[in-house]
Amino acid sequence: MQDEFLNGLVESYDYLEKRSSVDWPAVNCPPDRLLEFLKMLRDVRGFDMLSDLTAIDNMDELPRFTVVYHLYDTQKHTLIRVASNCPEGEPPTMPTATGLWAGADWHEREAFDMFGIVFSGHPKLTRILMWDGYPHHPLRKDFPLAGKEVDLPAADVALATKEKVRPAPMAGGPFHSTPGGHMSESEPRGNDESWSEKKEKPSG
Amino acid sequence: MANQEKEVSIGDVASRSVAFEEDLKGEVMNINVGPSHPSTHGVLRLKVKLDGEVVREVEPVIGYLHRGDEKIAENMTYNQFVPYTDRLDYIAPLANNVAYALAVEKLAGLEVPPRCQAIRVICCELARLSSHLLGVGVYGMDTGALTVFMYTFTEREKLYTLFEQLTGARFTTSYTRIGGLARDLPEGWLGNVINFLNQLEPVIEEIDKLLTRNRIFYDRTVGVGVITPEEAIGYGLSGPNLRASGVACDLRKTIPYSGYEKYEFDVPMGSAGDCFDRWLVRMEELRQSIRIVRQAIDQIPDGPWYAEEARKIYAPPKGKILTSMEELIQNFMLVTEGPQIPPGEVYFEAENPKGVLGFYIVSKGGGVPYRLKIRAPSFCNLSILPQVLKGCMVADIPVILGSFDFVLGECDR
Repeated sequence: MQDEFLNGLVESYDYLEKRSSVDWPAVNCPPDRLLEFLKMLRDVRGFDMLSDLTAIDNMDELPRFTVVYHLYDTQKHTLIRVASNCPEGEPPTMPTATGLWAGADWHEREAFDMFGIVFSGHPKLTRILMWDGYPHHPLRKDFPLAGKEVDLPAADVALATKEKVRPAPMAGGPFHSTPGGHMSESEPRGNDESWSEKKEKPSG
Repeated sequence: MANQEKEVSIGDVASRSVAFEEDLKGEVMNINVGPSHPSTHGVLRLKVKLDGEVVREVEPVIGYLHRGDEKIAENMTYNQFVPYTDRLDYIAPLANNVAYALAVEKLAGLEVPPRCQAIRVICCELARLSSHLLGVGVYGMDTGALTVFMYTFTEREKLYTLFEQLTGARFTTSYTRIGGLARDLPEGWLGNVINFLNQLEPVIEEIDKLLTRNRIFYDRTVGVGVITPEEAIGYGLSGPNLRASGVACDLRKTIPYSGYEKYEFDVPMGSAGDCFDRWLVRMEELRQSIRIVRQAIDQIPDGPWYAEEARKIYAPPKGKILTSMEELIQNFMLVTEGPQIPPGEVYFEAENPKGVLGFYIVSKGGGVPYRLKIRAPSFCNLSILPQVLKGCMVADIPVILGSFDFVLGECDR
């Protein structure tokens, strides 16, 4: 039944692409048609609740950032996943869904905070989990697990204490080995060894 | 000295006070609530704009408990992340453990045996009891009724003893593994649970008698903090807060997981969507949870409590590791490389005590998730605060916050 639904959807809207998924029907939608498609899903297909909104940093692949929406149908109790790739360029942008769901507000602020994705048209796109003025986007893949040295949020405290927000000592981080390759090279190590006892702490 | 009488004219008091009121109109007072404030149940901060006693605008500030759980998850194996799920909704760690394990198992296409499923259901419902007992207790406290809290906390203490017998820890349980559980039920534990439930039932009735028909409580909650079904859906509310607004949405019924379809229970719903309905829904869910636990214990099947065939996901029994070469290697690979999960993406939602806890996992194969997003119910539930608190009285703020029953541990992640 899910396949039928997905095939019908892709046939009706030629800009859609099927997205591989192990559970719910999933589609890729180009960003310029995204709002119109989400509005259709909400008003015509009954996916009335925005359950989750998040982003993926594909790092080495292009386009780098994908925004993923999970919509829930409160009558038929089913979900759909809609993914949309941000156009190339810094900062990555995506149209805001706050006009469709009031709940998108905080989710988009979080995606902006963590990935630096700018949701154009958002009423107040500010950081939500990190403090205002924090310079980095921590969930990007090029941000080290240990963190980066930044100024304290309160300038007067920073001046009085001469302290900074320092990276956490990972000492190698949580250990695990990477599958494949030769046994001798797969000694358990942390994913992120940007600051351990043997390596200098990263600056800036 | 003779008393002297003197006539004093005070003029028209009423008109003077009206003029005085006019002077004050439009003056807005900024009040900061939290982040450390008893009614915020953690480290929630509210920037409140008051006009007299009326709340004009509220801006919630969250993130004081942000630990970067999602970043941490990308850097460790699936099993290594289980203890971090304890610390999401730390009032009900067992339910988080189960939700996370189910999400990864769904990605791996793994089905756990019936006994494991039944134990997980018992865990989830005991966690719900634990969470709702705290929820109704502190809610009573927020409305000024301290007694109820004493009753519920006594019961939670007994629950913690049960959790300790089961998992070895009172608070940070980390009981599930991908593909099973950390260990089977200890001997006699189910009997202890039954004994606990037998004495819990009268306590719940007593709490009900203490507060539900209490005139003061009634006056403070009825018609306060009303959320319409449309608003609730628009903001992505879930759990008791959504059902109190009259939206029939309980994933245990609608998208059953872990064998919930085998048990008979009712989903309590509210009609007005006010603070009083949210109280009623939680009280009834306590009773329904007891019902589910009793059925699960009655029907608990024998058999393995972990997926035996999942050799690359669940570690073999300890005895075999120490005596057999193959199992030793298997265990070694699992510990160093993590459970081997096929590539793909999955979004799994579980009906947790606070609402829908979702895990969106993107795997590129191997033992470490590429991206793990936690859809925290408290995060979505709190996003409606500016809407609900607008126009209410300042004394209603603790009542409305209490009725939401949120936890900042999972909101900030």
